[in-house]
Parts: sequence; structure tokens; C-alpha cells
Amino acid sequence: MTDRPPFAETHVRLAHGAGGPAMRALIDAVFLGQTRDPAALARADAACLPFGDGFLVITTDAHVVSPPEFPGGDIGRLSICGVVNDLAMAGACDVAALTSCVVLEEGFPLETLRRLHASVERACAEAGAGARVVAGDTKVMRRGELDGVIFSTTGVAFANRVVRDDGLRPGDALLITGTIGDHGLTVLSARHGLGLEGELRSDVAPLNGLVKVALAAGGAQVHAMKDPTRGGVTGALTEMAEKAGVAVRLREAALPMTAAARAAAELLGIDPLIVANEGKALIAVAPEAAGTVLAALRAHPLGHAAAHIGEVVAGPAGELLLDTGFGTRRLVSRDADPLPRIC
Amino acid sequence: MCLGVPGQVQSVDGNTAVVDFFGVRRAVCLDLIEEPERPLVAGEHVLVHVGFAIRRIEPEDLEETLAFFASMSSEDLEGLTPPKPT
Amino acid sequence: MNPNPLQFRDPERGAALLRRLERAVDRAVARLGGPVSVMHVCGSHEQAIARYGLRARLPAGLDLRMGPGCPVCVTDAPEIDAAVALARSGLPVLTYGDMLRVPGTEMSLEDARAAGARVEVLYAATQAVEIARGTPGPVVFFATGFETTAVTTAALLLAEPPPPENLFVLSAHKWVPAAMEIVASDRRSRIAGYLAAGHAATITGFGLFEPFVARHGKPVVVAGFEPLDILAGLALLVEQIADGVARVENAFPRCVSHEGNQRALAALHRVFDTDVGEWRGIARVPDGNLRLRAAFAHRDAAVRFADRLAAAPAPTARANADDCICGAIMSGRADPADCPLFGRACRPDTPVGACMVSTEGACRIWLEHGP
Repeated sequence: MTDRPPFAETHVRLAHGAGGPAMRALIDAVFLGQTRDPAALARADAACLPFGDGFLVITTDAHVVSPPEFPGGDIGRLSICGVVNDLAMAGACDVAALTSCVVLEEGFPLETLRRLHASVERACAEAGAGARVVAGDTKVMRRGELDGVIFSTTGVAFANRVVRDDGLRPGDALLITGTIGDHGLTVLSARHGLGLEGELRSDVAPLNGLVKVALAAGGAQVHAMKDPTRGGVTGALTEMAEKAGVAVRLREAALPMTAAARAAAELLGIDPLIVANEGKALIAVAPEAAGTVLAALRAHPLGHAAAHIGEVVAGPAGELLLDTGFGTRRLVSRDADPLPRIC
Repeated sequence: MCLGVPGQVQSVDGNTAVVDFFGVRRAVCLDLIEEPERPLVAGEHVLVHVGFAIRRIEPEDLEETLAFFASMSSEDLEGLTPPKPT
Repeated sequence: MNPNPLQFRDPERGAALLRRLERAVDRAVARLGGPVSVMHVCGSHEQAIARYGLRARLPAGLDLRMGPGCPVCVTDAPEIDAAVALARSGLPVLTYGDMLRVPGTEMSLEDARAAGARVEVLYAATQAVEIARGTPGPVVFFATGFETTAVTTAALLLAEPPPPENLFVLSAHKWVPAAMEIVASDRRSRIAGYLAAGHAATITGFGLFEPFVARHGKPVVVAGFEPLDILAGLALLVEQIADGVARVENAFPRCVSHEGNQRALAALHRVFDTDVGEWRGIARVPDGNLRLRAAFAHRDAAVRFADRLAAAPAPTARANADDCICGAIMSGRADPADCPLFGRACRPDTPVGACMVSTEGACRIWLEHGP
């Protein structure tokens, strides 16, 4: 990987929140600086703490998205699914409890807030019995000090066995549970007022039910999981491969995409592999169990488009190569949020 | 140089058309389309750049391109399967 | 039968085209007694080549260069400084996403936004009209891009009914044939043929290149942007070199005709005039820039806000600027790896030359996708 310059920054930049190398550098330098706590140092989306004869799994997430409502979802649904999915990626599919903090800008329409809360409740219902908000906080900031609303959510679950995101092994099959790029391209189109109509919708959904099915089918042969949110499939796979010290090969022909997302990506000049997905998981599974897990995923409503998109191989840590059918492209995790291009 | 994307005209209203880009639709300005006296009709294909239709893609030009590819590589086909019709 | 791009991405047909290209390269290398260098003058060609990983599969004897065809690469700091000065003076500035992060002398438009200026990213020129309509005070559209994009700015200003009075244009549009002329006239250049950009030629027509070929005796092939388009274009180009001939060939008939889009060209020439340009790394390009004609002075932000532009920083040399060899890379005389700053002082997050800024810049693509 290219050498990482020492962290000598003096001020926060947008890139520090974009899910790429700059964000990881900020976390390592500022937040993990001196800690020796293994749970924190795992840098996983969810921390797994030994508890009784299993694990207490805990995660937290803050969501700021503009616009707060978009085709297929909104920031309320996103705040629940983001946390439920991070717990599920660790193998903790039965949520024990959730908390939700909402920070609002003075003047934020209450009618919108009611819609967002109803959406929170619907997402909790979809995520099963334990997924309910048991505590929370509300703050209001002066008009202009905040862009609309921030949802910050914490989730807790118990699990007998946990799956980490650094468990990739050479030979593993890489599966994705559905189509790529839907969320990011939908939000970009809404944010920039691009006026794209059609079946372009966010995929934001709770994945704990789907992951439970996959774990039931693959068990311990499911070696690693991660949901490709900020930074997209490229960001998530780069991080997984770096942590496990392995490389990844993908096949472009095998990447599932809806026609709407493919068209939007072409129109905007944006690589769908680097935009966020909010209802998809990347699963690394032993080759002999790949078929069984894939069939189990496809039988579930949220996994009907699941696909086997590549393999884990021995190689330089974090190297991601895509076979385009015409040659090979190296996929690089970006710092900056993707922008529509005209040329 | 410039991102241009082909699409199919769905409907025309004055100098605006709704164009389907094989999955999403978008309103497009027609102020730069050649031969304005021959109005664009639904079903025609256009090339679009930054919200403007800049070219009518005539069916015969398209055939010419595909025939062009077929002729170009016929000597090198050596048992390759013929192109899949869309 | 429709122009769905997917049918121009059939890997099997690509493999067949590659075999034909390999044969043509072998003949050309035999005739020239060494590798054959060809140049494409289009950022979107470089983007497509990188996206499909074509470079790695091209025959060893073919040296495919990226010329000055990406507006972000060639837009120089003073033009960015002008847009930044207007934004920092309190005027809303609208820009295409490509230009947001291009470094000016002191800051980019994204930095100006971070410092409180109102800078908005557009996807289409028509959005500028809507935003102007919804904004009380004057609004400046930082209009960038080559002829394909310049005609849309022209159409915007010529529209009936005209756009709202508060919409002004700061033009940084450019005209690529002028840059091709500079590169072709450079005696040190080893470029034996040119792949011309399909979408620009959709506007200008391929007839435009006939005097160029007559003057320089080098073949020009107009190509599209799908992998099959690029491979076919390269095969035709190298075959001409191997045969020792030079003519203009159109490998993109579905979008390009001999005369181009006359209506668009008329709009372009009604609104813009060519002007000498300072392109980043290539310096003076006679007729390289497109400037609003006097008849549109009432729309020209450079005229209307000349006082605020005076606040733009004097174009002092940027740190490391003198070591930056973007110009040589663009003109085919050097590779990104030859630059002392490449991958060190000049990285995607700390770009010095614009070839590192643009996701299509030759240096950015080499650093991220390998040579």
C-alpha cells in the first residue's frame, strides 16, 4: 500500500469523515492514540466484550445525511439500521436494546420529526423484538449552527459466538447480499437535485434477520462480515483485507447492480463501488460452504440478488484488483465523498 | 473530455424531453438538437451531456457502428461466439 | 436495436479487437524501428482506459499517452483564484463537481466553501438558471469544460425566455483543437498519431481535423468511450501508422458526423470568441480559451465584478510549482513517474499539479491504478 504520511494535521477536514484512509488516520492518531484496550484497538464496527459464557456486543453510530428524507428511506430509518447492521456484522443478530439521541436545529419542522420518528419505530419493528429504543436524549441548537438534524444511536446485543471483520483467509469466497450503490447514488441524486426519476431507491434495511440465516447455513465457516457503508464496497474490502493481511480479487461481471443504479452511476460519472450501501453485507465464507450460504441468502427477501463476487487470495495486505473482462483495475479507497462529474 | 450518455426519448414537451437512460429518466433540454424543424419523437435515441441533448443517434448510424465492430474483428474471431443481440 | 452502452462492453469482442491491435502494433514497430507513441486528448478516454484496466492489456510496443484533454488538468490557478475571489466576496458560485477541488494559488473552491462562501455543485447548466431564479442577489456560474460543455453554456445564454438577470457567467471554457496544435507543433514530441475525443467531435464534426492532418502529416481517429470503441479506434490509428498513411477516420459513427452539430457550433460562435489561454503546465495556447463576446458583457462576471476580481491573489508561484512537470507529461515527453513530486509532495489529498487533482488526471490515475 502507498506509504501513509505521519498524522500532522491541525484542523478537521471533510475527508476525516468520509470512511477512507484519512478517517482511519484521524481515529488512529487522535482517538486510539495511547489506548491498549483490545476491544477499541480492534477498530471493529462493533465491540465484542466477553460476558458470561458469550459476548456483550455494543456499537454506536451518528447519522447526518442531507437531504434527511430520500426515496427508499430517511435519516430515522438509517439511524436504526446502521446500528442493527453493525451488531449483525459481528454475529449479534438479536438486539437487546437501543438508545437514540436526536440533535435538532431550531426551526426544524415538527411534522418532519414525526415522520422520522415513525420511521424509527417501523425500522425497530422490522429488526425484531429486542430492537426498541429504551433511552434517549434530545438537544436543540440555534438556527444555522446545525444542518437540520443529527441522529446518534447506540445498540447492545448478546451473542454466543462473534464474527469479526478481520477474519478473511486466502481461498475464502466473497459474497455480497445484494445490489451495489443503491443508497449512495439515490442520496447524491437527491442532494444535487439531479432530477433522476425511476427505480433509484435507497436499500436501507435491517440485516439481522438475513445474517441469522447466513450464519445458520455457514456457521463457523463464515469467517468475516462487514457492511459496505461509508466508502462503499472498495472501502470496506480494503479495510477487511488490510486487517487480515490478505488481498482480494473481484470479477466485474459478477457485481450485482440494478439498471437504475448502473444508469445513475454512468450519468453522474461516479464509480458505484465507492458509494455507500445501507442494506448490504459483504460475507467471506470458506469455499466449501459458499454454495450453501449463497442459497440461504437468496431465499431471504433481503438477499434475493446475493452474488459470489470474488475471492480472498494471499497477496499484499489491502490490495484489491477487479477483473473488468478487458483487463485488471486496482480499486483504491478514496478519502473524498464522490461528486458528480461532467468529464 | 465530456461525459455523454445515450438515452431513449420517452416524451417531448416544447424544448424539453424526458429521456430514459436504461434505468433512470431525466428531463433534458433540446435547444441544441440538430434539425429543430424535424421535431424529436418518443422512441428516438439521443446523446446527452450536462442536461442537454447534443446529438440524435440515428438508427442507421448505430447499425453502422455495430457492423463496424463486426467487420473489424471478424478475422480475429477464431471460434468466438457471435455478439449477443440486446 | 438501441445504443445501450452494455453492448459495447463485450469482453470476447474486445479480445478479438486486441488481437487485431497487436498485429497492427507489430507492423508499426517494424516500420518505425521502435515503440509507437500515440496520444489521446481526452480525460474521459483516460478514465475509461483506467476503469476497464485496458492499459495493462495493450501491446508492449504501444505507448498510449494522455494529452491536454481534461479541463481540470489544464485549468490554471489564476482561473480558480478568480472564482474563489468572487465566492469569498459573498457571491454564490456554482461549479461542476470536477472543479471543486482544483487547487488555486491559496485555496480551492471547496476550501472557500469551508471558509463560509456559498459554493454549490451543479450537474447540468440548466440548474444554474433554477438556482438564479431562487436567489435574490447576483449568482455566478463558473463555466468550465471544452467545446462539448461550452455549447451548453451558450445555449443557456441564448435561451428564450432568457435566464434571470442575476445570472452571470465566469467562463473558463477551453477549445481542445488549439492544444492539439501546440502538441503537434512541438518538434520534440514523438507522437505518431492522435485519438480524438468522440463527444467533442459530436459538436465539431470530424472534418475539423482534416487541416490538422494536412499540416502535421499525422493520422487522427475519432473514438468513443466504451472499451470496444477505444480498442477499435487504436487499431485503426496504429494501422494507418503501420501503412505510413495519415488521414482522419471516424470510429464513432453513432455520434459523430463530418460537419458535427451545426446548430450547437452556431450558438458557440455567437456567444464565445477564442482568446489566448494560459493552460496549466503548457503555458500559452493561442485560441485555447473561450471568452464571452462583447455582446454578452452584461452576462460576463469578469466584466461585471472586475473590482472583486482585483482581490484575487497575484499569481505567485505555488509551492513546488516549478518542479511540477504536468506540461511535459501532458505533451507526451515524460511520465508521472519522472516527476520528483509524484506520490510524495504531490498526492491526491495534497495535489500540486492539476493532473493529480482530477480523478482523470494522468498522475492521479497512475498513482491509484498503476501505470
